[in-house]
Amino acid sequence: MPTLEIKDLHASINGQPILKGVSLIIPQGEVHAIMGPNGSGKSTLAKVIAGHEDYEVTSGDVLMDGESILEMEVDERSRKGLFLAFQYPMEVPGVSIANFLRAAIQSRLPEGKELEVTEYYQQLYREMDRLGMDRSFTSRSVNEGFSGGEKKRNEILQMAMLKPRYAILDETDSGLDIDALKIVANGVNALRGPDLGILLITHYQRLLDHIVPDNVHVMANGRILRSGNKDLALELEQKGYDWILESAA
Amino acid sequence: MSVKNNEINIDREIGNFHYNLTPAHDAGYGLTEETIHFICDVKNEPDWIRELRLRALEVFRSKPLPTHWATEDLRNIDFDQIRYYIAPGTDVKRSWDEVPTEVKETFERLGIPESERKFLAGVEAQFDSEAVYSNIKKAVADQGVIFMGSTEALKEHPEIFRKWFGKVIPTGDNKFSALNSAVFSGGSFIYVPPGVKVKHPLQAYFRINSENFGQFERTLIIADEGSEVMYMEGCTAPKFETSTLHSAVVELVAMPRAKIQYITVQNWSSNVFNLVTKRGLALEEAEIKWIDCNIGSRLTMKYPGVVMKGRKARGEVISIALAGDGQHQDTGAKMIHAADETTSNIVSKSISIGKGRATYRGQVTVPRHLKGCKNNTECDALLINTDSRTDTYPAIIVRGLGNAAQHEASVSQVNAEQIFYMMQRGLTEAQAMSLAVNGFVNDLVRQFPMEYSVELKRLIDLEMEGSVG
Repeated sequence: MPTLEIKDLHASINGQPILKGVSLIIPQGEVHAIMGPNGSGKSTLAKVIAGHEDYEVTSGDVLMDGESILEMEVDERSRKGLFLAFQYPMEVPGVSIANFLRAAIQSRLPEGKELEVTEYYQQLYREMDRLGMDRSFTSRSVNEGFSGGEKKRNEILQMAMLKPRYAILDETDSGLDIDALKIVANGVNALRGPDLGILLITHYQRLLDHIVPDNVHVMANGRILRSGNKDLALELEQKGYDWILESAA
Repeated sequence: MSVKNNEINIDREIGNFHYNLTPAHDAGYGLTEETIHFICDVKNEPDWIRELRLRALEVFRSKPLPTHWATEDLRNIDFDQIRYYIAPGTDVKRSWDEVPTEVKETFERLGIPESERKFLAGVEAQFDSEAVYSNIKKAVADQGVIFMGSTEALKEHPEIFRKWFGKVIPTGDNKFSALNSAVFSGGSFIYVPPGVKVKHPLQAYFRINSENFGQFERTLIIADEGSEVMYMEGCTAPKFETSTLHSAVVELVAMPRAKIQYITVQNWSSNVFNLVTKRGLALEEAEIKWIDCNIGSRLTMKYPGVVMKGRKARGEVISIALAGDGQHQDTGAKMIHAADETTSNIVSKSISIGKGRATYRGQVTVPRHLKGCKNNTECDALLINTDSRTDTYPAIIVRGLGNAAQHEASVSQVNAEQIFYMMQRGLTEAQAMSLAVNGFVNDLVRQFPMEYSVELKRLIDLEMEGSVG
């Protein structure tokens, strides 16, 4: 089965180790959640997998369908089918969502092939309807002046359009009220399927009420301390993280 | 995307070629009284022009280089190593078929005849010192619109020419306007009769072919009462090892209620010193709008201006400057309010890449005795790399109650997180940079006619491609 495999990954920033041996296997078709206290290295893991240049991988590997992606540029990983929904999506002033996504999709087409514009807009509008986004969104500059909820919806819209094989959702629930959370969760659930592996990074259990994971991993201090099924998340909700940290120590 | 890039790679070199021609007339190196007599004799000019040129030469010699405020790089211009007049010695043709083969090929490679067929009301093509082709669509000419090279106009319409020549920009305005007045040749002459609205743009294309050559065209546009005209100019030169000088003077006159739009896309090669004086005179309720885009050259110094001399006249400068590695774009605007209720607007955006430097200089003056004048100035700079540089020198002098000025400036940097975000969606670093830069200038690019905005976007993509590595 195709997988995104993280093998004993160590990474540091400015010489400071953050990831201290993370191992995880996310098969296509499954949703894995990583939970953990602040500063546990969850977001770092997301950025390292995506290829952020601030982080140095000191050992270990990340394999997509068996192929190491660590030597690939950020954009190459993306075109191979890796998507990161950002915790803090960046603004791109003056560039409309429609043009931005068009450029992103065009970058995936084989040389010489032009994007089919009519088809593109049909698909775009369909996905926007699903996420309850107004048509006027297409002409707004990417994330500029967006509310927290709009930014997160825009991330899921891009995910829907780019059709990744593996998606990492970094704190996609942060800054959302309950209605927005439901819309975003529905959007993600609609994309679940045998061809997509999802890694959900979250601080809170509440997202997992709406996007039910196949597996839950608890991360602290740069390591995965415990893995289990969705009940582990409920246990964490009740008992907090301390008991795991203590039992690990 | 990659296919588009291939197309762009061909386009990048589009201006970088030249033909070895033996010109019929070559004034030789250096500038003396003899040079001026040579030019006047070849062009068979009237005495008043000869005298004006000789006086201008004296003014040029007497004025120091403006290095007390401008860059020291000006000292690298060797005025003795420049040829001031080179011409093929043929008449201006009305048909491309009659233009000498190499010259015709030059403009075909630059796509000029094609644009002419597609969307222009008239075209003038200048090769080194003289226009080689000039044509205006019959329907436009029938309305009484005059569009020709200034060399021809001086002969055919001396009464209008002499009335306005040097009236908006006097010889002694600055050292380079004096130089232009001494050796000017070529450039466009346009007269639009009262009430005539020219629907399609008139275009001039200025091409430098010869090495160690200076191009000094002189353009004069007069829009009579209530008329409208849009003029576009483009320019290129091959990349020679030695530096080339381009020093034009452009004067616009908008009579009451007339509208003139003047669009420039400057894409000189990186060896060109581009030192240009451009100014318009706007009478009552007239509008002059400069849309100015500077992409090429080694050093550009250009501050298009509008003198608002009639009540309710309006001046506008929209400018985009892209300063690549080793380039200095020193650009801006001058707004001289000289009547009540005049309004002016300046929007300037600059992008500095690598060690490129963009400088904005603005001058806005509203004297105390005027009422109801308004100016708005916005200048935004975008820095691509950490060693890129931008400077802003706004001088806004607004006196008197009841006049208002508003000024906003910003400097921003394309940040690494923004590029990471775009790359995570699949764009290469260069594509991400291009998109960020195009986004930055997007609201201004939209003001260009469609054909030019496409070209502009392409030129920006090109510059950005070379900037990351």
